[in-house]
Amino acid sequence: MLLAMKLKAALAVAALASPLAMTAVTPRDTAPPERALTALKAENFPYRLAGDFSRDGKPVAAPLRQMRLGSSLGIMTRQVTAAEYARCVADGGCPRIPQASGAEDMPMVGVSWRDATAYARWMTRTTGKLHRLPSDEEWVFAAAEKASDDALPLAGAADPVAAWIARYDAEASRERPAVLTPQPIGAFGRNERGLQDVAGNVWEWTDTCFVRHDVEPSGAVRVTNTNCGVRVVQGAHRAYMTDFIRDPRSGGCAAGVPPANLGFRLVVEQERWPELRRMAERIADKMLRSL
Amino acid sequence: MITRRTALMGAALAAMVIAAPALADDLKLPRERVELVAPPFVHPHDQIAKDGPKIMEFKLTVREKEVVIDDNGTKMQAMTFNGSMPAPMMVVHEGDYVELTLVNPETNTMPHNIDFHAATGGLGGGALTHVNPGEQTVLRFKATRPGVFVYHCAPEGMIPWHVVSGMHGTIMVLPRDGLKNAEGKPLHYDRIYYVGENDLYIPKDENGKYKTYDSPGESFGDTIEVMRKLIPTHVVFNGRVGALTGKNAMTAKVGETVMIVHSEANRDTRPHLIGGHGDYVWETGKFNNPPAKDLETWFVRGGSAGAALYTFRQPGVYAYVNHNLIEAAELGATAHFKVDGEWNNDLMKQVVPPGPIPPAKSSAIDATVLTR
Ligand SMILES: [Cu+2]
Repeated sequence: MLLAMKLKAALAVAALASPLAMTAVTPRDTAPPERALTALKAENFPYRLAGDFSRDGKPVAAPLRQMRLGSSLGIMTRQVTAAEYARCVADGGCPRIPQASGAEDMPMVGVSWRDATAYARWMTRTTGKLHRLPSDEEWVFAAAEKASDDALPLAGAADPVAAWIARYDAEASRERPAVLTPQPIGAFGRNERGLQDVAGNVWEWTDTCFVRHDVEPSGAVRVTNTNCGVRVVQGAHRAYMTDFIRDPRSGGCAAGVPPANLGFRLVVEQERWPELRRMAERIADKMLRSL
Repeated sequence: MITRRTALMGAALAAMVIAAPALADDLKLPRERVELVAPPFVHPHDQIAKDGPKIMEFKLTVREKEVVIDDNGTKMQAMTFNGSMPAPMMVVHEGDYVELTLVNPETNTMPHNIDFHAATGGLGGGALTHVNPGEQTVLRFKATRPGVFVYHCAPEGMIPWHVVSGMHGTIMVLPRDGLKNAEGKPLHYDRIYYVGENDLYIPKDENGKYKTYDSPGESFGDTIEVMRKLIPTHVVFNGRVGALTGKNAMTAKVGETVMIVHSEANRDTRPHLIGGHGDYVWETGKFNNPPAKDLETWFVRGGSAGAALYTFRQPGVYAYVNHNLIEAAELGATAHFKVDGEWNNDLMKQVVPPGPIPPAKSSAIDATVLTR
């Protein structure tokens, strides 16, 4: 019940926020970081598939698809704060990670996918509502105009070296965030769906695994390897991170600008829909069998 | 949308694709498949090539595993090629093609790749060999320069950690007509040993006890902290304190010429054979440079391998150490050679065995001598 009310409130906030965000540049919201969910109704959106794509063993651009989530999405309006995470640590649900600032309104940074997942589990346990990281598709949908299309230039597939250098140039020319240190919640404004600090200087973990695909001559896409030790991280650009990394750095031979900080926001499953859906599926199966 | 089911189906399909032979044989050269052996031993090979260039096939399987690195049972989450630290040594000849199958089994947790210092382009192969758990790849490169060269794992953002966790080895590219001294006289060895030095960085808890972890990933954060201080907790040969001493000591006979290849993928070192020398030493490990003669200690730069030839002239036990003696004695970088044969009194003789100091004959005379 409470959640439903919160959702309604969030919807109202979102509805108010979107026209504002489109007309005015808000460098910083001054409101305290209330724990709000933004509810987003499913609608079509363009989605550049995540992962690695190749044809005949040579890299090709990831396909761009029109997508629609299976149901509406309840996602945190802002990122999880350091103070919130600290409560999970105090309760023994999350590993302790020192922060430069533990202020109420600072986003939690320096977290690995494992830490973020531990926090989601703890939230699920303590609230009784399913909390989880968004999938990459869900994040892109929620990020709307802030999501970047990372289709890297792939000079003719016949020349993998040109493609390699083109990718290097594209990664090297990415803009570095103006400030690297985490900023208070709201410092990077709202996107058109009302979410705060999307694609600011804190990248967000998603639950999507790194997947390698083969594009067949017919255009059909086939998954050739799924590596869930590496997850998609989202922000000003999409990145792939090993799940235990807390401090991203481009290191070694990589040219790209690494995510400045790693944080996260959670999706909260709305009411008991997953169970309902499963029940519906069971009933449907029974019906099919009895036909 | 990619569901778990499609992902699983994809994995199954991938397995089928991997099983299918896919190599178009564009090089019309004979092939030789080599079974690698764990260091300090080296697979059988010809020192002088019998015929023309070949495609030499090797296979490395990445093994992430817990290892014990000292006699106190200190454990480390190692990452290895074929399970050994260092990885096996490969031997080919200049002009041969090295064709490596790199396998990352599904039971592993991390992506890996390989950078051969002997290879040209593609980040030494690192750019072309990135394999996730459940994948394998085949890389071929031409061995264009003779010498001993390091190879190591080099995954973006985590290179040093993978290297100091055990993922490094050496390939030896021999001149087709064999090794030569500065005057062009052929050099030959009767035995070869491969010593790989490891600098290890094991985190400690607040009581100073070494910590243990359930997986490499869990050890990552703490290990990086120790690594960044640049002071190893262990400096060892072949993966653990005592890997090449006692029952595991290397052996030789008087009159035999032994080739010792020494690599350190990360940090400088200075091998020294206590009681012996380096008759011919390729300190930088590259055979187109004439070998230095009669060295006492040689320098192996971090990220390289060196090669030394020595003919044992005297039987007994020799210590082979990193002659930073603190690292040798306190941190573990010591190996032993046991050498059989006849003692040569000309080279060394114990003229008077240790005993009581004889009383001075006349201290007065000594004093006169001294004051004259
Ligand atoms: Cu590796």
